[in-house]
Amino acid sequence: MSKNIVLKKGLDLPVTGEAELRLSKSASPDIVAIEPACFKGFTPRLLVKEGDRVLCGSPVMADKKNPDILFASPASGTVKEISRGEKRKLLAVLIQADEKQECLDFGAKDPSGLDAARIKAALLESGLWPFIIQRPYGILADPASTPKAIFVSAFSTAPLAASPEFTLGDRMADLQKGVDALAKLTPGGVHISLNAKNCATTPFAGLKNATFHVFEGKHPAGNVGVQISHISPIVKGDTVWTVSMEGLAAIGHLFAKGNYCVRRKVAVTGPAAIEPNYMEVLPGTPMRVFASHFGGDSEGVRIISGDILTGRTVGEKGYLGFFDNQVTILREGTEKELLGWINPLRFNLFSNDRSYFSWLLPKKKYDMDTNLHGGPRAFVMGDSYYGKVLPMDIYPLYLIKACLAGDIDKMEKFGIYEVLPEDLAICEFTDPSKNNIQDIVAKGIDLMLKEMA
Amino acid sequence: MKKFWIATKDAFETFLHVPGTVTRKGSHVRDSIDLKRIMILVVIALVPAALFGMWNVGYQHGLAVGDTRLNILGNWWWGFLRVLPLYIVSYVVGLFIEFFSSGLRGEEVNEGYLVSGFLIPLIVPVTTPLWMLALAVAFAVIFGKEVFGGTGMNIWNPALLARAFLFFSYPSAMSGSEVWIAHKAGESLVDGFTGATPLALDSAAQYSNTVWSQFLGTVPGAVGETSVIAILLGAFILLWTGVASWKIMAGSVLGALFVGGIGDLAGITAIPCWQQLIVGGFAFGTVFMATDPVTSAQTETGKWIYGILIGALCITVRLFNPGYAEGMMLAILMGNTCAPLIDHIVTSSRINRRAKKLLKAA
Repeated sequence: MSKNIVLKKGLDLPVTGEAELRLSKSASPDIVAIEPACFKGFTPRLLVKEGDRVLCGSPVMADKKNPDILFASPASGTVKEISRGEKRKLLAVLIQADEKQECLDFGAKDPSGLDAARIKAALLESGLWPFIIQRPYGILADPASTPKAIFVSAFSTAPLAASPEFTLGDRMADLQKGVDALAKLTPGGVHISLNAKNCATTPFAGLKNATFHVFEGKHPAGNVGVQISHISPIVKGDTVWTVSMEGLAAIGHLFAKGNYCVRRKVAVTGPAAIEPNYMEVLPGTPMRVFASHFGGDSEGVRIISGDILTGRTVGEKGYLGFFDNQVTILREGTEKELLGWINPLRFNLFSNDRSYFSWLLPKKKYDMDTNLHGGPRAFVMGDSYYGKVLPMDIYPLYLIKACLAGDIDKMEKFGIYEVLPEDLAICEFTDPSKNNIQDIVAKGIDLMLKEMA
Repeated sequence: MKKFWIATKDAFETFLHVPGTVTRKGSHVRDSIDLKRIMILVVIALVPAALFGMWNVGYQHGLAVGDTRLNILGNWWWGFLRVLPLYIVSYVVGLFIEFFSSGLRGEEVNEGYLVSGFLIPLIVPVTTPLWMLALAVAFAVIFGKEVFGGTGMNIWNPALLARAFLFFSYPSAMSGSEVWIAHKAGESLVDGFTGATPLALDSAAQYSNTVWSQFLGTVPGAVGETSVIAILLGAFILLWTGVASWKIMAGSVLGALFVGGIGDLAGITAIPCWQQLIVGGFAFGTVFMATDPVTSAQTETGKWIYGILIGALCITVRLFNPGYAEGMMLAILMGNTCAPLIDHIVTSSRINRRAKKLLKAA
């Protein structure tokens, strides 16, 4: 195994509400949703209408530009509703799930005997292709391209992230099949990153046919984008693909058993979560399935699909995102605090800045809420204020300002190819000027996509 | 006008409270730090220098009129009454413009002026006429900050711009040996008393101010700049909390020692190079003005270069410009002007180096 890559910069958020390693129940919801908003860089074309019957794995929508890319139903049932928003924008396809689930059979195959074209075809027809994300820009991968390499992060440093050993440790056979299949798609091989904290004990270190890298450091050391920038940085013209561990298991399952199975263990976490632990559900599961964790009443709490830095606010009526293996429940911080900005004590608030004393209490965990803790301002602090939490060889503030200015040349120069909004989320957390940095970077990436197309 | 009142009301509202607004986009939780806390920390760091400066105004007055009967508190109170009008003018004029332009832009009032407004009275002679100060503040805030888009967008330190405006518009009120001592009209001065700052004295007289009094700050000068001890207290607060960059401060000291040392060796000056650090506005400028995060260099390497440039320029002006004894103001404004260029060079060279390395690896 190669030498540890030690990342000195970064910040682990000390937030309460970590999920206990225990599966509370596995719920089979009556409704599941397929939401186009979970995916980036495509226009959906509907393939079903209300009342149609679908099986688990039947295509529900396709990409308009690239009709080979299909999006499948995670459950068998009937299309109950096609939910549209303004200008008839497709919001979600809702499937009324059957009591007894039926899967479309794609046929088990051994990936080691197949060539790249056959593997691509299998992934496309089964609707698993959207698990593959292409960088730069973090969009659906183009099936016609061949990536430089494929990267998988086998750990997450995000706040309260699910433990992959707990959620996927019993699916080693699927993961191995997934690695074998993906290895056929790229000359650069599959690169898996492990956490230095548990690389000796994790079962994932036993996967074959992959190159391992060991990372040591605080968040965002577990972000695949940060890892790529240390393993083989993306320069102009490069394409790499990334797959989540859940995606890898689902791809492996397709080749092992021949069906579409995206069922996963989800960590229900957060300071406002009641008895945080794990539940086994499908992506697209309605949030009310998790009602016991937020007490049935969502008044005054925020329900997030994903983690507290990058997740999506979905609310009580929302659905679990396609890529998410975590639900976070936070209290809304709507109280004003008299003269709070000058109070030197504020021991219950966390800050990475030394003007608070939380750096003296490294073990303490905090009940964080959604308060902005200030008002939006122009950027005042310098680049290194943001750089000290970002373990990448880029200048974050220069990149952010280039995105704000819409200056393509500068964005290229300052590393827009290497980042996704999620990689700069920790800078957004620490920003004393309270700018929405992820949003700024996302708009910069949209501009790149438009201009480079 | 309605906008102005809304902005004013909001500003007072948020001045008293941390607002109850919640995150709408992006990261759902945020760090507890905000600009208001950072700015107020700088003000707190300035308090020792301000308190000492007020005392020194009273003390110097006592020396000048030959009446040293007042005790510490008495001297402080005497000085406080002289400095208070400067503060009132600085804040009233500055905040009015700030509120008005925030209203025009439709933004929340930024707390940046809390620091600038606190700095300005500390870097001018205590005898500055209030109308001059009002003009200088208006100039600095409007042309130094608001035309660029407010706090965070400015190129030069607004407080120093106010000082520069005064210096170039009303030189007679800003230098010489009269301006640094507050005294009432009609009070007769002690024979042979000079109110000149140590820097303005010729080399023999400079030593009549002992090093200790220069360090302690019991010498004439702008209100906040004289006491190195009070400034070091402030520096400690700024460095402990990480608000100011130690690299800029260290760079500035190194640059000053370097040029001062050359001056010593070449026999240009009789002042030892280390003494340059404790006289005039050097210490105050290095700690509080050069480290302004908006107008200083942003990159870590850039901060060293920027600091060294300021220190070196300051002493260069002191040594080679007999007409103008103090160099810190111009050195920092020059440093502010060069900061974007320094950063450009630093970022470009790192990016090019990395690109070459990647090309080689590929």
